[in-house]
Amino acid sequence: MSALLGAAPALASIGLGHFLVLSAIMFTLGLITAASRRSAVAILMGVELILNAAALNFVAFSHFSHGAMTGQVFAVFVVVLAAAEATVALAIVLAVFRAYRSVDVTDVGTLKG
Amino acid sequence: MPGVETFVFYGLAALIVAGAAGVAFSRNILHAAFLLLLTLSGTAGLYFFLGADFVGVAQILIYVGGILVLLLFAVLLTNRIGDVRLSNRNVGMATTIPVAALVAAFLVAAMALASWPHTAAVAAPTTARLGDAFLREYLLPFELVSLVLLMALVGAMVIARRAVREHDTPAPSPAHLDAAPGAGGGA
Repeated sequence: MSALLGAAPALASIGLGHFLVLSAIMFTLGLITAASRRSAVAILMGVELILNAAALNFVAFSHFSHGAMTGQVFAVFVVVLAAAEATVALAIVLAVFRAYRSVDVTDVGTLKG
Repeated sequence: MPGVETFVFYGLAALIVAGAAGVAFSRNILHAAFLLLLTLSGTAGLYFFLGADFVGVAQILIYVGGILVLLLFAVLLTNRIGDVRLSNRNVGMATTIPVAALVAAFLVAAMALASWPHTAAVAAPTTARLGDAFLREYLLPFELVSLVLLMALVGAMVIARRAVREHDTPAPSPAHLDAAPGAGGGA
């Protein structure tokens, strides 16, 4: 654990481990949201949290690896793909709401045997 | 003695964790959406903190300005105002929490076991270098992602448009006027 948070002057400087722990917390909360919510829109919010945690990791790695650009490039890709995903998913949510008058994912069970 | 960057980091981290916890546990879905704003803005702040100025601005423009507004529209369009209090129920917390705790423990263990680089980059403007990377090394993914974005936008319009056409509201929207001449043809 001490290796994670840096050496003795850990408090004075923010290291990579700080960002990784923060991103893990954000990822876990996003996982809880996506797994436990009943509203499809809230599940989407959880997915956004997960994607955001991944992008934060990419940028942190980029910063702590001699300023290589690869991490930031991937962070931009994550943001763009999150935008595409949110657009399509919300269109589907609207279509589901039109058909079922509900966005509760437990109500949408027509294909269930 | 902790420097100013320690305070900035922990302030932004507290903002992010508070917002994410609100998204995960808030009873009202509208509150959850606004708390997501906190998390996304805090992440943008951390991007600036890490010297990634372009990614930070993109985060604010696309996430906060685009995706969040889209989510708010979806909330307002799909939730009846009457039951907004119970609009965001949780199910299966008894199984979700242990599984999430396991995942978190696994992540932290993996981080603790690996050895990470410690050399931080010197802060410098990144936009020019990022553009260079996009148009040289990552040209193919860049073009592919623009194609994906175009397909996603067209697909979203196709999926959501049917909802407008079959919904017989007398709203004087352009989409309604568009749909009127072809009503007999079907598709």
